[in-house]
Amino acid sequence: MSRSERGASLVAGVLRATWALTAVPLFAFVLALIVGAIVIVLSSVLVLKNSFDATLPISAYLALAQGAFGSFNAIVSTLVLTTPLLLAGLGVAIGFRAGLFNIGAQGQFLMGAVGAVAAAVHFQQAPPIVAITAALMGGMIVGAFWGMVPGLLKAISGAHEVVTTIMMNYIALSALAWIVSGPLQQSGSVPPTTPSVGVAALPIVLGRTGHIGIFIAFIAVPLAWFLLFRTTRGFEIRAVGANPDAARYAGIKPRRLIVLTMSIAGLLAGLAGACTVLGISHQMNGTFSTTVGFDSITVALLGRSNPIGVMLAAILFGAMRAGAGPMQINAGVPVELVDVIQALILLFLIANVVFRRLLRLRGVRGSEQTGFETITKSYGREATV
Amino acid sequence: MRGITKRYPGVVANDHIDLDLQPGEIHALLGENGAGKTTLMNILYGLAVPDEGEILIDGKPVNIAGPSDAIARGIEMVHQHFMLIPVLSVAENVVLGEETMANPVFLDKSEARRRIRDLAGKFGFELDPDAKIESLSVGAQQRVEILKTLYRNAQILVLDEPTAVLTPGETEEIFTLLRNLAKDGRSIIFISHKLTEVLEIADRITVIRRGKVIGQRRPSETTEEELAELMVGRAVLLTVERGESHPGEVRLKVEGLHVKDDRGNEIVRGVDLEIHGGEIVGIAGVAGNGQDELVEALVGLRRVAAGRIHLGGRDITGVSPRAINEANVGYVPADRHRFGLILAFPLTDNLVLTSYYKPPYAHGQLRDGRAIAAAARDKVRAYDVRTPSIDVAAQTLSGGNQQKLIVAREFEGDTTLLVLDQPTRGLDVGSIEFIHKRIIEKRDAGTAVLLVSAELDEVLELSDRIAVMYRGKLVAFLDGRTADKNDVGLLMATGGKVASADASGAAS
Repeated sequence: MSRSERGASLVAGVLRATWALTAVPLFAFVLALIVGAIVIVLSSVLVLKNSFDATLPISAYLALAQGAFGSFNAIVSTLVLTTPLLLAGLGVAIGFRAGLFNIGAQGQFLMGAVGAVAAAVHFQQAPPIVAITAALMGGMIVGAFWGMVPGLLKAISGAHEVVTTIMMNYIALSALAWIVSGPLQQSGSVPPTTPSVGVAALPIVLGRTGHIGIFIAFIAVPLAWFLLFRTTRGFEIRAVGANPDAARYAGIKPRRLIVLTMSIAGLLAGLAGACTVLGISHQMNGTFSTTVGFDSITVALLGRSNPIGVMLAAILFGAMRAGAGPMQINAGVPVELVDVIQALILLFLIANVVFRRLLRLRGVRGSEQTGFETITKSYGREATV
Repeated sequence: MRGITKRYPGVVANDHIDLDLQPGEIHALLGENGAGKTTLMNILYGLAVPDEGEILIDGKPVNIAGPSDAIARGIEMVHQHFMLIPVLSVAENVVLGEETMANPVFLDKSEARRRIRDLAGKFGFELDPDAKIESLSVGAQQRVEILKTLYRNAQILVLDEPTAVLTPGETEEIFTLLRNLAKDGRSIIFISHKLTEVLEIADRITVIRRGKVIGQRRPSETTEEELAELMVGRAVLLTVERGESHPGEVRLKVEGLHVKDDRGNEIVRGVDLEIHGGEIVGIAGVAGNGQDELVEALVGLRRVAAGRIHLGGRDITGVSPRAINEANVGYVPADRHRFGLILAFPLTDNLVLTSYYKPPYAHGQLRDGRAIAAAARDKVRAYDVRTPSIDVAAQTLSGGNQQKLIVAREFEGDTTLLVLDQPTRGLDVGSIEFIHKRIIEKRDAGTAVLLVSAELDEVLELSDRIAVMYRGKLVAFLDGRTADKNDVGLLMATGGKVASADASGAAS
């Protein structure tokens, strides 16, 4: 084989590998947009009683893109909304790599936010740098604890993390309601809210809303990649996920690793919660309504549990959130369409077996855990994809 | 099949292969792992599309685009790993996909039962149509697989290593069945590595090497040695020269070992064993008599219920797999996909699976990709692992090359003890010869070797001493050079006490 031929076959190989990795997420996204377009037209005609307009989806998507990337401030708001999705998504992705289906990012996110507020309130008299650090640490520690508990339960008794993390989500919701109306209530606030984070608020460094949490999230991407692919601990995490029996044979202790991985996942989701409360809302109420924790599962899946893929998926979801408002204003399509598209993406991702058939992608037996495998294994033992 | 060619990136799996099959013929297909047998059969069964060439049935070219086309033309395949549903009955498995209905809602089970009895009767074997698959022996399950193909009226049967999982007795039964099928005018393609079996059963033998047909022989006009040479491309020693052993001090000492299986039943029931450095001790036994559990206990993967294990004078009872690994114990597990390899990981990671955490492969928490790759390149070369690159996933390699990967990793360095569970299962003669030579080399370098194998010939060929395992105990020790195969076989089946009740109990 000549040098140029070898070069050509190398390029072809890289392209093939990239295609194999990105084909399914890409098709899921495109299909979701197409079905979303049908929903836009139908709901406009049937619900809003408008006349039929075939170009409405295009103007809606254009308004969405414009709202997400059309100006400096639009981009900043996209990044602000990307931040918690990215951090929590990385946590879920690391769990997937270890074969763990962590549905608890939502609870870890909420408790991380609580931890950050508690630390912020406690350090009100300290200089901002100390208060901010303490508040971020508080979020990470409480989030990590919230992730560690299901990890411990699994390691000790084998309780499935899907069940325990869902339960921890409910506990987090109730705990939040109690904490806000009890130990951390701003005296006299109706409805009850926590005091403001005050000096621990994250400084705004980009535009009107761009807090430094954005940088924390994007720095976490190479760190997570480095952890997974360059350290022995990351190798252990991936080994346990890909083949727990072989990992045990290799001298790895799967139980300890499960606890560690769940703690890391909780830490990242907790940091996401801390960044949200310290960077955006500055205080919490009893409901603190958000779906970041659940969206981050879709983000991790869409990114195939690869930190770089997770980053791209988080930006996409952040952009959709940022563009939803402008879309409603400029194209008259309700913001909820974004939820529809996200749900469709998840649906098409899970149905990836069908795509693989259609795209003639070879299903690989015992492949590395990128999320789909973890889910199919969790629910249907050894369901071969 | 005429001029079949199939190319995969970087390799020609089939290179203008011609193969003809007569009615009523048993045609053996012989070749090393990765020679292209499986690709060829996948093309015949419609699982792969050839780049060139054509398939003719009864002289007419046919297009086989998928397994359903193949089945419609009477081509059936029995895979090495059975495709049966354990919780369903024989009849339910057989009719699966081909159900005869009594009415639009219910299956016509009595019709299915009748046809199954007829077919079984016609070809001279017994099968209860209502037995659950999970209650059947492996041999009986294989007969169900074959019955399934007959139920669909197969005219061409492809059997992929049908004897790999069978005991000698079961193999004989399958052979009788295959001969009856051939007498009935059906054609059989028999894929195997085992030369003796091929010579016994086949009417014609086609040898494939590196995607090409190398030769065709009739059993009457060839020998095992010639076939092995055709397969591998050079003269092969079918039995390695084991030479004299020079046992040193006691290396492994097992006292009164009891181990439980996954269901909590005691399956190793008081094993006493000593292995000296520079000595190979083989354990012979019918599968399921506690060999696997004994081995897993020795390497720390299974809890010891009672008893002690000493390695070189140190008590290693109950220590972790890593501690045992650090004591320079090499372990080749019986199930290479479950324990031996992480199939999704590249060869590099698999070659350092038990040493990834220490220098030179890691410095502190940091992995050293360059050192790992360099070591992988060395091992791949030294152990002749055939692979396009060290970065491909282990699952892309053939079984023999996967096994070499494990051997390359576990035989590395100054091993004190090697625990080998089925080290050559499913491998071709060339790979077996290679691994056997390495085992002897290890012994001569002073390593204590424990060999567990379902292949009695392998135990007899390599072992300096043979221990027979029966129902969780080592019932007899024999000299490996003088032991008689029939005697060992009898001990395996009866545990030494020739009592008919006992023998039937072991078989069930």
